[in-house]
Amino acid sequence: MNSNTDASATPFARCLAESHRNTSSVRIAVVGAGPAGLYAVESLLEAAPEFRIDVFDRLPTPYGLVRYGVAPDNQKMKSVTRVLRNSFDNEALVRFIGNVCFGVDVRRADLLKFYDAVIYATGAPAERRLGILGEDLPGSYGAKEFIEWYNGHPDAAHYNFLLDKHHAAVIGAGNVALDVARMLVRGPEEIASTDVPDRVLAAFRSNKITDVHLIARRGPGQAKFTPVELRGLGDLLNADIVIRPEEIQLSDSDEIRIGANRELRMNIARLREWAVTPLQGKERRLHIRFLRSPARIIGEKHVEGIILEGNEQLPDGHLRGTGNFETLKVNMIFRAVGYRSLRLPDVPFDEAKSIIPNNQGRVLNGSGQVTDKEYVTGWAKRGPSGTIGTNRSDSAETVCTLLADIAARKVCNGNDPEQILIFLDNRRVNYTNWMNWLRLDDCETQLGRKQDRPRVKIPDLRSMLELSRNS
Amino acid sequence: MTHVITEACIDCIHRSCVKECPVDCIYEGARALYIQPDECIDCSACVPACPEDAIYHEEDLPEMLHQHLEDNKNFFAQALPGKSAPLQSPGGAKRIGRFGVDTLLVTSYPCRQPET
Repeated sequence: MNSNTDASATPFARCLAESHRNTSSVRIAVVGAGPAGLYAVESLLEAAPEFRIDVFDRLPTPYGLVRYGVAPDNQKMKSVTRVLRNSFDNEALVRFIGNVCFGVDVRRADLLKFYDAVIYATGAPAERRLGILGEDLPGSYGAKEFIEWYNGHPDAAHYNFLLDKHHAAVIGAGNVALDVARMLVRGPEEIASTDVPDRVLAAFRSNKITDVHLIARRGPGQAKFTPVELRGLGDLLNADIVIRPEEIQLSDSDEIRIGANRELRMNIARLREWAVTPLQGKERRLHIRFLRSPARIIGEKHVEGIILEGNEQLPDGHLRGTGNFETLKVNMIFRAVGYRSLRLPDVPFDEAKSIIPNNQGRVLNGSGQVTDKEYVTGWAKRGPSGTIGTNRSDSAETVCTLLADIAARKVCNGNDPEQILIFLDNRRVNYTNWMNWLRLDDCETQLGRKQDRPRVKIPDLRSMLELSRNS
Repeated sequence: MTHVITEACIDCIHRSCVKECPVDCIYEGARALYIQPDECIDCSACVPACPEDAIYHEEDLPEMLHQHLEDNKNFFAQALPGKSAPLQSPGGAKRIGRFGVDTLLVTSYPCRQPET
């Protein structure tokens, strides 16, 4: 049974041994300091501890979606930073170069000049749309805006989500949709134990939401949320979960499929239990609806409701609209139907798949040929799927590919590591380093201590930069 | 809360969970793997990774496997046979490697021939 691991270790060990020959100054740039990028650094350090690695990020903060995506009420998940930060223990080997925008402050050609290899770990920063009428009415939001706002992302610092409406709908059946729905029904005391910015906490303290409708296009057998996320709904202090038993009935083929999949079995068991649990009269309700597609968002100047069409599942698993429509009166709508990657300036991109085309992490150009010195990992490589841990094995694969190439190429450009910093200085780029982040980190945790919270995030870029530089 | 590796892992040790764990908190004894409960961040990535369905979230642990919850903890909290001190929280399984001993519970299971 262990032969799998052994077989994969052999070429890995070989590419390590070879890469050691000429590595004294091999220099790697990683673009994106989220989990995928930092797991790539971890793999690189383990295999070739003498490599010099620079990790770039658009923001002066590391950790990507761990800081700005994982919901604030899941601090335990966010504690993965404990591991991700280890890579920066030795700043002579691994540097953080924050507040640098790829394609603007530094371009692809610049990185290829300064480094022996570049790893893109830029994730999937855009969102899919519903493609229905009324989608752009005020009150209709992408989940991303809301998530970035409550997580204190500087891009969302100017947003102001007034939670002054009673009814909201969340469209989607993945973990992102669950996060948004769960946060909307959390009570102020639950939010107050998280790291959200003060302004966000204030908005949640006056949250008027009473009913949140989570709308899933498919049946419970196809929903994409993981048991761990679904379980998270079970401990809501202020919300009852409402499920219509008729909407979680399974087809025969679903029953068979689910019988073979423990995760799905657990999801279904949990949903069935909730469907028969009497409501406890909590102040909020989270309605989980299955087999409903959004057909149109209605309203004059603001969202006033959403028209849903019922779906039925055909024996082959496809969905068909039933022609039965219902209108939900809601004043806020959040679409959470998936992320997608964006084209990076000058870097190959597969528009159809929304990924950087690659073979085991090696970037391919438009004609499917391997580009020189360019690699990709994480969501930009495989699309927005999997959990944080998925990036660890994904990045290990990319790094193994990279090491094999470097060993075969037997060249490194011998650049002075200071050159990139001089380049950025000359271009007046206001970049930050790891020490700057540690200062900001310290400010945020100190603010948190005063309020008995794990931290209080600083959401606007100017303050972040100021606090990063104050000693 | 934590995750727990149960008896289906014993004498199997597929290790596919180890690669998925974002905090490298799955440690190898001699005949089984163990999750460090203080290091686990409850992400559940290990659960679907296990081809033997050996891993459970603490809350989902079937009654008959409940003893493994305490046993997983014991692997780290107790000085195991031949070792001078408990493992405690080493902060990553990779640097420990194969620890080479098991808990009393795991040792008490009769040896199984690994399936080939």
